[in-house]
Amino acid sequence: MIKVDNIHKSFDGTHILKGVETLFEKGKTNLIIGQSGSGKTVFLKCLLGLFIPEEGSISYDGKIYKNLTLEERRDLRQEMGMVFQGSALFDSMTVSGNVMFPLEMFTKQSKSEMQDRVDTVLKRVNLIDAHHKYPSEISGGMQKRVAIARAIVMNPKYLFCDEPNSGLDPRTSIIIDNLIKEITEEYDITTVINTHDMNSVMQIGEKIVFLKNGLKEWEGSKLEIFKTDNKAVTDFVYSSDLFKKVRQMYIEEKN
Amino acid sequence: MKYLASIGSYAIMVKEVFKKPTKWSIMKSLILKEIDELIYGSLGILVFISFFIGGVVAIQTALNITSELIPKNLVGFATRQSIILEFAPTFCSIIMAGKVGSYITSSIGTMRVTEQIDALEVMGVNALNYLIFPKIVALMLYPFIIAIAMYVGIFGGWVAGVFGGFSTSADFIEGIQLDFIPFHITYSFLKTIVFAFVLATIPSYHGFYMKGGALEVGKASTTSFVWTSVVIIIINYILTQLLLG
Repeated sequence: MIKVDNIHKSFDGTHILKGVETLFEKGKTNLIIGQSGSGKTVFLKCLLGLFIPEEGSISYDGKIYKNLTLEERRDLRQEMGMVFQGSALFDSMTVSGNVMFPLEMFTKQSKSEMQDRVDTVLKRVNLIDAHHKYPSEISGGMQKRVAIARAIVMNPKYLFCDEPNSGLDPRTSIIIDNLIKEITEEYDITTVINTHDMNSVMQIGEKIVFLKNGLKEWEGSKLEIFKTDNKAVTDFVYSSDLFKKVRQMYIEEKN
Repeated sequence: MKYLASIGSYAIMVKEVFKKPTKWSIMKSLILKEIDELIYGSLGILVFISFFIGGVVAIQTALNITSELIPKNLVGFATRQSIILEFAPTFCSIIMAGKVGSYITSSIGTMRVTEQIDALEVMGVNALNYLIFPKIVALMLYPFIIAIAMYVGIFGGWVAGVFGGFSTSADFIEGIQLDFIPFHITYSFLKTIVFAFVLATIPSYHGFYMKGGALEVGKASTTSFVWTSVVIIIINYILTQLLLG
């Protein structure tokens, strides 16, 4: 569980986050949505500990990040997995090498133990046949799956994903969304996803936080987003005709 | 003011490189990889350039000796002094700023652009130590290739002098042994070690702290080459004044 308590963050005098507070629950897929420039990426980087808020606090299962020592922060980082927008795989390593990297860096496991763990997570993301390939030799969707495998190889408590569907076709996007949701439930982790993709919102949004101008404008589940009257949310989520019709059908069905 | 800020952040970067070391088992393979890339990979070009520059120095010196009063062994003497004191340590380092420096900046810069450095930091890895420390260690072997460059440069001078008919082999060899001061070798290698540190860290700084996309990686490589060369030339002047002045 991650508790965000009234965080503020500025850069060069520009106030980006203006007092965001929310709660991301364990075992749920939590989504952060909002227009470009709303502060989503800064918020995610604050959650990752890459940016320290000037005011407010973020706590991870009761551990308040700003009160931790450097050593404790480092330990906490090892409980986090991150899937970057562009996958951020190491070009010079094979798929297997990329997934094994955190194990080599932070554990004292033998080579065979590490290989077993890598095979387990690669199997989980359906990529066992690609273990010897380099990132440049696999598709964007496969790269995302490798990034997910690398993020979960250390059994993290918290999983963060920045635009996991960016650059993927709709079918692959759904596969990635479902994979993240399944992994969240299986491993009972707190997952926070930064997304623009409304399909993801409808598909896996167990909790959705809508940011606008650095403030939390709205929060709720994917079912609640159909009912909300918040204009900023409806303008953003139902900007396409397709989603407008879906919402209309939902409302008519309920009536 | 901007330059002062850059010098400050460069100094902080250097300090961070030596903090929180990466596991030795991983670091060992990174160092070997960098030795292969930065040292072994530069050997060919340095040998090639040294041989021909040595030859040109010998020919130029011989062509400029017009007085009968100047001894013929001056060709060998001048070649030795030019190669050992300046060409091998300084000129080769400028070439390395282009070859190795731009490789370092572009490889680290590309990792920055593609969020690979962010990935390292999120995992709790000291990215500065992981990426830059192996390069510093590898480049500490740089004096070995400079020693080879010295040998090949003087040999190139001998080949050009003798086979070009500008000097006899005996005169040339007498020249390279004439008034030899062993401290010149010490001076040369001291410079080389300092240049090696500059070659590893300045391009890394430009790559690590770059912002933007692919175009900026190219710009960072150019800037890194310019600054590495400028710093090498300034340090060369200061060390020469301190050690030989």
